[in-house]
Order: sequence, then C-alpha cells, then structure tokens
Amino acid sequence: MLSRVANSIYWMSRYLERAENTARFINVNLNLTLDMPNNFVDQWAPLVNITGDDALFLELYETPTRENVLQFLTFDLKNPSSIYSCVRSARENARSVREIISSEMWEQVNLFYIMVRNAVQDQSINLNPNKFYGDVKLACHLFGGITEATMSHGEAWHFLQLGELLERADKTSRILDVKYYILLPGELHVGKAVDNIQWSALLKSASALEMYRKHSKQIDPMKVADFLILNREFPRSVLSCLTRANFSLNSISGSSLYAFNSVVERQLGRLVADINYITIDEIIQTGLHKFLETLQIRIDHIDDEIYDTFFALRNADLHQA
Amino acid sequence: MRLDFSNYDTKDFYDELIDKSGMPRSGAKLLIKRIESLEDGEIINFQKAAEALMYEMGITFNVYGSEEGAEKIIPFDIIPRIVEAKDWLTIESGLIQRITALNLFVDDIYHQQKILKNKVIPEDLILSASSFRPECVGLNVPRKIWCHITGTDLVRDKDGQHYVLEDNLRCPSGVSYMLENREILKRVFPRVFSASNVLPVNDYSARLLESLQYLASDNVTSPKVVVLTPGIYNSAYFEHSFLAQQMGVELVEGSDLVVMDGFVHMRTTQGFQRVDVIYRRIDDDFIDPKVFRSDSALGVPGLMEVYRNGRVALANAPGTGIADDKAVYTYLPKIIKYYLGEDMILPNVPTYLCSDEKERAYVLANLDKLVVKATNESGGYGMLVGPHSTKQQQAEFAKLIRQNPRNYIAQPTLSLSRAPVLVEDKFEGRHIDLRPYVLYGKEIYVVPGGLTRVALKKGSLVVNSSQGGGSKDTWVLRESPVENQEDIL
Repeated sequence: MLSRVANSIYWMSRYLERAENTARFINVNLNLTLDMPNNFVDQWAPLVNITGDDALFLELYETPTRENVLQFLTFDLKNPSSIYSCVRSARENARSVREIISSEMWEQVNLFYIMVRNAVQDQSINLNPNKFYGDVKLACHLFGGITEATMSHGEAWHFLQLGELLERADKTSRILDVKYYILLPGELHVGKAVDNIQWSALLKSASALEMYRKHSKQIDPMKVADFLILNREFPRSVLSCLTRANFSLNSISGSSLYAFNSVVERQLGRLVADINYITIDEIIQTGLHKFLETLQIRIDHIDDEIYDTFFALRNADLHQA
Repeated sequence: MRLDFSNYDTKDFYDELIDKSGMPRSGAKLLIKRIESLEDGEIINFQKAAEALMYEMGITFNVYGSEEGAEKIIPFDIIPRIVEAKDWLTIESGLIQRITALNLFVDDIYHQQKILKNKVIPEDLILSASSFRPECVGLNVPRKIWCHITGTDLVRDKDGQHYVLEDNLRCPSGVSYMLENREILKRVFPRVFSASNVLPVNDYSARLLESLQYLASDNVTSPKVVVLTPGIYNSAYFEHSFLAQQMGVELVEGSDLVVMDGFVHMRTTQGFQRVDVIYRRIDDDFIDPKVFRSDSALGVPGLMEVYRNGRVALANAPGTGIADDKAVYTYLPKIIKYYLGEDMILPNVPTYLCSDEKERAYVLANLDKLVVKATNESGGYGMLVGPHSTKQQQAEFAKLIRQNPRNYIAQPTLSLSRAPVLVEDKFEGRHIDLRPYVLYGKEIYVVPGGLTRVALKKGSLVVNSSQGGGSKDTWVLRESPVENQEDIL
C-alpha cells in the first residue's frame, strides 16, 4: 500500500487511542476528587505529567488548576495531544484514507469529530463532564468494534493495530509511572498500609480494576505493577500490547515468527523478549521509574524506525528492492 | 399540513415537472401523485433525513477562501428532476456528436492544424488562447483519445429547447453527487422509482475504470490505475476519494508518485510500484513543475516526459482546455461540420465574441441585458449577469472587455427552466441546469442521468455550488411510463 496511506492509518489509530486514554484518566480523576477531602491538593498536575506535555502546559497556563488542566487536555488546539486536537487529527488522517478504510469507520470518526466540536461550543460539559468523557471513551470503543467487524485484516489493518498498540503500551506505562511515584515516593515497603481508593483509581485509569481483582484479590503495589506491565492476558498491559504489535509488524513485513528483515523488527522483537522474560522483582530492583523511562524511550525509537522503514521511502531504495 | 402542488406557480418559465396548466407532465405524474399522497410533513422529514445523512457521511466540499476546515454539504433537494425518454435521445446523440468532433479538433490542433490552415477558425484565436498548450504540440495520446471524461452543461430555455452552455473537457466534477443523490432517492421513493422505469447510473465507476484501463499500453496485462488528487483541502476531495474507492484503485497525491528509470512509480510500504494510468484531478498547470508551473507542489516532476514517451497514460490529456475556451465554443457548429460533415444536433446558446468589433459594440451597449463570461474561467467565476448587476459592476466589465476583448464573450440572459424545490413548508420553482457525464473509452458512453444543479436563491440564475447552488437527482426515463399505475403506489 502507499506509504502515505500507511502513515495516515497508523496515526489515525494512534490519535484515537490517545484521545481515549486522556478521557479515561480525566474521568477517573474527576471521580476521585469526589471521594477525597477538600484539602486534597495537587491532584491535577499529575495528569499533565502523564501526557509528558508539562513544558507546553507551563507555557500556556500558569497553574495546574482543575479548569486549566481540563481545558488543556480536552479542548485546547494549541496542545496537539488534547482530545479535540487528537480527534481532529484522526479525522484529517481518516479523510485522506477514506478509500482504504470502510465507510462505517469513516462515518464513526466523522461523527466523533462532530460530537467533540459541538461540545467545544456548548457548555454542557461543565454541567456533566462525566458524560462527555464517557462519550469519548464510547466513541473510541465503537470505532474499535466497527474496525474489527468491517475491515479486512490485511496490511492496512496491521498498521492500524501497530499505531494503537504502541500508543497504548506507552500510555499504560506513563500512567503507572506517574501514579506510582506519587503514591509511593521513595523505597517500596512491602506490607506498608496502602490507600485503597487511590490505588483503585490508578487501576481504573488503565481500565484495569475489575480484571485486576479477578487476578489478585488484594490491592498490592507490586502486584499492580506486575499486572500492568507483565500480565499476558490483560489487553492494556505493556507486554500484551507489544506482543500483538510485534505480530502485526511481522505480518506487514512478511517475516516468519522470530525472524526479522529490518532494524525495526529487531528492535521491537528484542523489546518483547526482554519484557517477556523479566520478573517484577528484577524491575523493582533496577527501579520502576528507570525501567519505565527506558521502555518509553525504546517505544519512541521504534516509532521513528517505523517511519524510516515504511513511510519515508527514498528513491535510492529502488535499487535495493 | 399536507403539501401539494395546487398553489404551485410556474410563472412564465418552462417547468420540468409541471406544465402551464398546472398539471404534472406525463413522466412526472407518478412522482407528483406520490408526493401529494404523503402524510403531513413526511416530505420535510425525508429532506431533513437526507441532509443529516450527507453530513454524517461527510459528503462535503470545501469552500475556497473560507477558513480552514469550513466544510459544507452541497445543498440537496429531495424532489427529483425528470428527463423524458425522447428528450434524452436527443441529448445523448447530441453529446456523442459533440465529443467526437471536439476530440478530433483537439488532436488536429496539436498536430497538423488543418482546421486553421483551411481557415475554418482564425489561427490567431487558437494560438492566442491561454488554454492552448504549446507543450502538447505533437503529443501522440494513447488511442488518440484526449477527452476521456466530460461533463457538459446543458440548459433549457422557455421554449423547452436544450442548449449547450459549456463543454468542460478539463476536470469536470460532480459525478459523485450524481451517484450519492441517486442512492438517497432510491431509499426515499422506492416504489415510484421502480414504477417510473428510471435508467440506472450506478455502473458509472465500473465504466470509468474500463475506460481508464483501455488507455494502458497493450503489453501491460493488468494495468495499475490511480486517481491523482491535490489533497484533502481541495473542494472536490470527497469525489476523488469516492471514485477511487468505487473503482478499487489507489488515491494518490503528487508526493506519492515519482519518476524513475523512465516510468512513473508510487511509493508503497513494500517499495516502488509502477503506475500505468493516472486519472488526474489536478489542472494542467500543476501536473508537472518541470513543464508547466514550476512552483507547483501538487504535481510530479518529469511526468510529462514519461507521458510523451507513451509509458504512462493521463486522463484527461493535458491541453484539452483549448476546447473549453468560450471563444472556441462559438465555432462548434463549424467544427462539427468540418470533422463530421454533420449539422449540430444540440445547439449552442447564441454567443457574441468580444474580439469581433461589431459584436463587441453590441455587447457594450447591452451589458444590462447580457451575461458576460471570461473565456477561460469556469465555476461561475469571472462572470456578469446583466439584469442582476449594478451600474458599477457593468462599468467594471466594460473596462475589462475593452482592455482584453479576446478574453470575453456575452450571451443573452436565458430564462433557464425551473423545477419545484422544497422551501420550508411549500414548493417553489427554482432555475436549474443539467450536467450529463460522457466517458470516451472503447466507445462513447453518456451516463443516463447527470447532475441537476439548482440555483436555490430565489430568482438566481447561478447554479454553481461555490455560489450557493444545490443539486437534485436526475431521473432519465426508459420510456413513457404506463398510465394508471395508482395501484403500484
């Protein structure tokens, strides 16, 4: 398929996944503040930390108040990762590949965009923010379902998967990183009393609370980290996302399992192998924050390499092909 | 309140559905009866549902000059326009005659120029046209076809006669609306539709693909066809992606294509892939910065050289704009006579050439009555509608004409035919035109239908979507419908 088209599909799904993640952790935080004492301060700044856009936020706003953070993460077009920006970019990308995706998928992205654009104009979001963020999540899930049901699982679909799964792995690791740091500054003490409400909120931010409960009954920080990074079955865990991303990458390049034809396949395959065989004890020993930071950097490199391999075809490559 | 046609006034115009006495024309009887039998307000609900559907499906166009992201749906009217079988036969044969002659004309102009040497058309008129492309002289286009896709604009005057208003041999748009409008109308009026015996339009994409594949050179077994678009900000982008999707071919932008080793290739995730036929929806000026406008970022450098060498086909061929020139248009009867030895079937609108001294004097004296058009513009731009203009506008045009007479023509203000449209909660007549689409492949095929454009503003004669026009579905009837079909409804 056309390189430009593959690029647009990859980014369309990355943007939608990003919008969904943002909506989810905002919603969780809105609920959390209801359960917290009034003097519960500083609960909004970490949301900006999760997105990694702290510098831009400080440029545009002075303090991380509820209003500022919500505006920045939801509607601000100066923030390329705000929900509105993401949905708009997803739609622009979808428009440029309308002939590749199914009409149902395009219609869903278009409706989603119209919904968010209307929300920018009317004030209903202030009265009922939960509904708005719930609608955003739902619109993304609907898109996922429509995609699953209407698009052939060919090359285009694998690019779509790749975008979605890399974005999701990155976001899960960021949510864990930021919240873990706030809830357990310093050393990890096994058996220390934990704040059930806040830990539950962390799991909810990754849509993981219910699945975690089935897996281990008690909330235990180490098990939470284990679940979000290394669980093989939970679809938002880092390992699960990267394993499936690797499968899609293999399908795109036509390599057999465990083989590779390009730098990017080696990078991603190696990352999957590392996470596949590491234990949570080892991760905690090297330091969770350090581990997650390295993980995010490696995912970034993979993203760059995907661009070089598939999207930025140069004339010289003809002679190698 | 039930909507009916009892108070519908055709005024002094030819109405496509209702005759002078207020009765439905024979082809429209079933439709009018059905509309009048609908429940209260049902037609209004149909209209709203259709508009919502178009918005959700993103059947939108971008308005040039407005802010980024300003998209609109082309206003759409729910009541179809009906063309009866006998009228259609004349239109069809007239268009085939016209396209055949124009294609020979373009081929001649870029080769021997016999028609100029025989002084049928003044040489100067052609060579001075900005749409004449010296770069195309000597081009041997595949299968000798220059104009593969045409969208001719027809209008009907008070007397019921159809006239050709312009030929549009460059990149005519709107065919996607013809197809989408039909899909919507089939859902709204299924039974009237089937009882009226309407000719189908939905094989257009398949025929378009066939015509395009026909252009590939004989030694290519399965030709790679692509649609070339300027990108998502172009006003017709929806149509480009729609046609690519319907044909199942790649939609490419200029930057997706590259000329290498004497062929055109596209950049894919698996490396470079050869392209054989390009349905380009980019104007001549922009397709190859090495040959035409060097500042174009939309085109493909080197494309024309590959084309000249017969290693890629372009549809439409560059250079066809010369046949769109409104001064050349006035010579059409002579062109048809010269190449085919026939009389013109579909007449032109009487036209005054401002380059002619006598005609110019007449035009300047009658600016308040005439429609003045720039010879090389389309889309309703660069135009003066005399009776609807101010003294100041007329003075501006008088100045423009004197400065560059070659650049202007004038035509009497036709009283375009009308058709009923739904205006809030009643029916009112609005002026319309008709753009049928013609494909020139192995043979010439006129799609039985077309885009009916409506000037939605009361009294307006300008139907272009960029100027507040809308569209209607166009039903071409197979034969006169049988009387007494109430039971079908």
